[in-house]
Amino acid sequence: MAEFRMPSLGADMEDGILVEWKVKTGDHVKRGDIIAEVETQKGIIEVEVFEDGVVDQILVQPGEKVPVGTALAIIRAEGEEERPETAEAKKTTPSTEEKKAAPEKPKPQPAIKREKRIRISPLARRFAAELAIDLSKVDGTGPDGAINRADVERAAARAKKPEKHVPEQPPEKKERAAGFHEGIRKAIAAAMARSNREIPHYYLETRIDMSRALKGLETENRKRSVKERILPAVLLIKAVALALGDVPALNGYWIDGVHRPQEAIHIGFAISLRQGGLVTPAIHHADLKSLDELMEALRDLIIRTRAGRLRSSEMTDSTITITNLGDIGVETVYGVIYPPQVALTGFGRITEQPWVENGMIGIRPVLTATLAGDHRATDGHTGARFLDAINKHLQDWEKL
Amino acid sequence: MNEEQIRKTIVDVLGQIAPEADFDELSPDDNIQKTLDIDSFDFLNFIIGLNDKLGVDIPESDYGQLATPAKIISYISAHVE
Repeated sequence: MAEFRMPSLGADMEDGILVEWKVKTGDHVKRGDIIAEVETQKGIIEVEVFEDGVVDQILVQPGEKVPVGTALAIIRAEGEEERPETAEAKKTTPSTEEKKAAPEKPKPQPAIKREKRIRISPLARRFAAELAIDLSKVDGTGPDGAINRADVERAAARAKKPEKHVPEQPPEKKERAAGFHEGIRKAIAAAMARSNREIPHYYLETRIDMSRALKGLETENRKRSVKERILPAVLLIKAVALALGDVPALNGYWIDGVHRPQEAIHIGFAISLRQGGLVTPAIHHADLKSLDELMEALRDLIIRTRAGRLRSSEMTDSTITITNLGDIGVETVYGVIYPPQVALTGFGRITEQPWVENGMIGIRPVLTATLAGDHRATDGHTGARFLDAINKHLQDWEKL
Repeated sequence: MNEEQIRKTIVDVLGQIAPEADFDELSPDDNIQKTLDIDSFDFLNFIIGLNDKLGVDIPESDYGQLATPAKIISYISAHVE
């Protein structure tokens, strides 16, 4: 038996609201399946399961807010017997106790009592939460007295007439959107303050002649339809991924005073949100993806980031971060490392600059690449090799 | 297709990319990337959107001619049937 817990999706995340289950008791699940949605400061995150098995029990119902680490469900290994005392265990699972012990915020959540199980469709549950309807007062007309959407609507209509319950709705919704951005701000503040407090950064910078890479990309893009074109940012992601293969010390974490380089290369790519703030979701195994696959992955990630639909692994797996601020016109990025990572690569705008080579001066498109490194984990020598490797891969762009 | 229709299409496509933008505030000579805070990924989507709606295939080398609403309108007018 394994517990499927409320994940920690950021240094400062204390709790999350379970929004929806994608599985039910008895369903078979595979490692990596998305089995639940959780609402956090960073929006609604799809949470993946880490084991293969069968959903044995669901311990937390949609709408409940629980602290990080709380067991949300029990996953039974394939072939493992269902425990006979399962029914009894339900009442005394650790999650219930943890939940009671945790300091409850006074913010009113839709009242869902665990003692009396309410049968309700997920749609109706969401609806009820939106309309602030107390589910214990709704009569279900569905199978086995289950509450459906129409029941919630009727209850909402009833509540509306005698008391003025519902008109509070619009401001509450606005508050929620504002709360989301406040949440992102808080999450960034916590991570960055910790970074500057704990990480002794060192910075390196190099200029890279982009003429070969850009010319190659232009020739390639000319053959392609608009939809298949590749952005220069994709070349940079791939070059960083390959450079990390050459200099693996920069790919990984610093945890509890120990440097832990990681084998898999998951690149966190900083994506700005239109309303302010940013998220750095991971592009998994960037070194193993082709440029087309990376472009597709980036497109998908940007769309889902802006729509607030990321997966838990994307929020937690990054082994390094890339910040590309070239679009806005800055030349050089001095980054702040995202803990517990040990490095951040920054790229500025590609500008035409004088360039001297073999005693000849010419004009080339030049990119400034920077590295912010954690001096506890690596030294400038390692960082210099890494920037040199990025340059090498960009000159050899056909092999990217 | 007249200028007004092209303008409307441009606003439609941009509206999907930058839903919070106020197009009345956008003057014909504003740089759309800077004014609307559009990054290179958004800009590519803008080109894809114009391609979908108007059937113009804009080569990468012409992106520089699409910086402002006035330039976009004249470029599209010259290239659309």
